[in-house]
Amino acid sequence: MSSAAVQRRAVEWGPALAVFVLGILAWQGLVAAFHVQEFLLPKPTVIARTFWDERGMLWDAGIYTFKEALGGFALGSGLGILVALLFAAYAPLGTAFMPFAVAANAIPIIAFAPIMNDWFGLLNPFSKMAIAAVLCFFPVLITTLRGLTSVDPRAIELMRSYAANRRTVFRRVRIPASLPHMFAGLKIASVLSMIGAIVGEYFGGPTTALGVTILNASAYTNFPVAWAGIVLASAFGILFYSAVALAERLTTSWDPSRRDFHRE
Amino acid sequence: MNASRPAVSITGVSKQFKAGVTALTGIDLDVRPREFVSLIGPSGCGKSTLLRIIGDLIEPSEGTVEVNGKPAHRARLDHDYGIVFQEAVLYDWRTVSKNIALPLELLKWGREKRSARVKEMVDLVELEGFEDHHPWQLSGGMQQRVAIARALSFDPALLLMDEPFGALDEMTRERMNLELLRIWDASGSTIVFVTHSIPEAVFLSTRVVVMSPRPGRVAGIVEVDLPQPRTGRTREEPRFFELVTEVRERLAAGGADVVAAEAEAGAS
Repeated sequence: MSSAAVQRRAVEWGPALAVFVLGILAWQGLVAAFHVQEFLLPKPTVIARTFWDERGMLWDAGIYTFKEALGGFALGSGLGILVALLFAAYAPLGTAFMPFAVAANAIPIIAFAPIMNDWFGLLNPFSKMAIAAVLCFFPVLITTLRGLTSVDPRAIELMRSYAANRRTVFRRVRIPASLPHMFAGLKIASVLSMIGAIVGEYFGGPTTALGVTILNASAYTNFPVAWAGIVLASAFGILFYSAVALAERLTTSWDPSRRDFHRE
Repeated sequence: MNASRPAVSITGVSKQFKAGVTALTGIDLDVRPREFVSLIGPSGCGKSTLLRIIGDLIEPSEGTVEVNGKPAHRARLDHDYGIVFQEAVLYDWRTVSKNIALPLELLKWGREKRSARVKEMVDLVELEGFEDHHPWQLSGGMQQRVAIARALSFDPALLLMDEPFGALDEMTRERMNLELLRIWDASGSTIVFVTHSIPEAVFLSTRVVVMSPRPGRVAGIVEVDLPQPRTGRTREEPRFFELVTEVRERLAAGGADVVAAEAEAGAS
């Protein structure tokens, strides 16, 4: 990166960074000034110290839960993409099932978490993967199908004029054209998978899980640990989202609607 | 190729759409090999529909279309058509080179033969240095040149163009007109060209087919006897204005006077 690019980055991210730092400072200052009880809201410095002291335990718990989220994400998104391909290839199937998929996407699927725990076992990580997978499935299905079916009709006519068959049209036009839509779904799914895993753990799971750690710490009034767990969960969520966003940038840099990424 | 056989032979073609609209009725038209024929008429005269019927993208309700002596459907499967729309309709995820190469990939050309041909086409439309650009990085005129290169890449017998320069500004349009004539001359293809600009039709064509609306039909054919090759000067010759007037009068006689005036205003 050239020094001009570094400078532009600094100008772009400067304001957000300033807000972040000021926010933490304000949090620290207000908690100290008004003598807020620790069970209500610990100081950032206390959370940070706890995070450091408990880093081994927290890290293991974070990894355990992230694996559940990742497994659920892979399973749910993979199925979502496969079903979208199927519905796009056989339109009557899509017509018959999509209203239910859209309706299912509007209900709080997380409410099924206790049922999944019953089905697959409280201590079995698959029970959390299952809830994360169901959460990921619908947004990925809906966005990918939209991408596959909303191709410029003239792009299809051109392929017909080259005497291309349906399979070729799929491979050469529909699938690449669907990528920006699919990634929109995958980004939503990356966030939902962490929510699914952690909320699933709130309904019961092994003590090595991050959700259970947060739950127990707050039950035993060990609030700094609970907050440190929340910070870690947030960090995993943000990193996961960023990884998907990076994959999107690398594979869809050609997308005209993303041309602001090309300024460098 | 048999020179006496028409490149396109349209016999008794009509088209009714499901809603009961008659888009075309009783169209008879032959296009000779290496001809440049324009279809002109106001909106709703069915000129784009006729182009799509020639290209076997939609089927006529009645009548037949033959291309180089075979049915349009067979011609499509034989890759006899290159098509260019008003918008370039490039594949965003492919670079300029790869957009031009797509039809060749589908025709299973080998890598070397393909890249040699792509280079030839890039030279033809004068896009050297832009081979690895993506469509969004190009201006509208450049995108349309890529679309033309793609349509010509596999040497189709017939180039079908549906208002290809309609979305461009007037200056770019006149430059593209000259380029198209150069490409037409170099490639030796037959062109059927849809437009609603009278000067453009006269400038480009060897024959102008004037169509009238509701239902779409051929209102007259004007032979354009301007000398080849056409240049920027051609637009200033008295004969050019006479032909423009003749086309305009044919359009008016076809009951399209109001709409034609609009089209003229839009084109000038």
